[in-house]
Amino acid sequence: MSISTVFDIAASAMTAQSMRLNATASNLANANTAAGPGGKPYQARQVVFSEMLIPGTDASGVQVSRVTNDTAPPRMVYEPKSSLADARGYVAYPNVNVVDEMADMISASRSFQMDVEMMNTAKQLLQKTLTLGQ
Amino acid sequence: MTNGISNGIDFLSQALKLRAARQQVLAGNLANADTPNYKARDFDFAQALAAATGSDNSAQSLARTDPMHLGLDGSSAGQIRTFERPGNQPSLDGNTVDTNTEQARFTDNAVHYEAVLMFLTDQIKQMQMAMQQGA
Repeated sequence: MSISTVFDIAASAMTAQSMRLNATASNLANANTAAGPGGKPYQARQVVFSEMLIPGTDASGVQVSRVTNDTAPPRMVYEPKSSLADARGYVAYPNVNVVDEMADMISASRSFQMDVEMMNTAKQLLQKTLTLGQ
Repeated sequence: MTNGISNGIDFLSQALKLRAARQQVLAGNLANADTPNYKARDFDFAQALAAATGSDNSAQSLARTDPMHLGLDGSSAGQIRTFERPGNQPSLDGNTVDTNTEQARFTDNAVHYEAVLMFLTDQIKQMQMAMQQGA
């Protein structure tokens, strides 16, 4: 039952949000990568959050339980002259929805800022507690 | 003679522990603002404080039939009854955390925590003053 557990909660949240930002950045960077290694186009990555119990307390933080690949079919673009075109002249581009990724990025950075605020408030309260009685 | 002063300090220290517990619960809500199917939690501070200080006429001792059962002096999380706060807006992933509400409550709880610290400091200063006056 202590304020310092809030540090652990905020740290878990910041880690989770930064992993989400990493996944979004990967997706945006590879939005036009037609042929990844192994000859298949890049698949959009999504992180799945789940509640996590902070060890030693009954407080709940958050963790990334798994990173999934989006199984939606790749985006087919008709480019017969490209060297990556298949038999019918279509090139398979990744199934990254750029609008979705931008919205995800804004949401993740907003949550991250909120978690930093949480940590700052906890630090302030702990410092005030240390000067109790003075 | 010192009963009055130590009662005041006991009460305030119990209030401080409960404020810290509430801070933890609200921080958990904020951390899980994006987790699917997470329900926002909270507990009634006034009720928890009354229960912890025994001023709500509930039984003072808990029946323990097994050495593993927690007593009243155990971790206070065992006694705090958290409830799930109903969400304001429906959401696709079942998450009921409204970040604006949660942040407001978090800040409010932090201010109350500082207020309790201030009262505790006052009590301690009173004790010190009483000790010095005797000289």
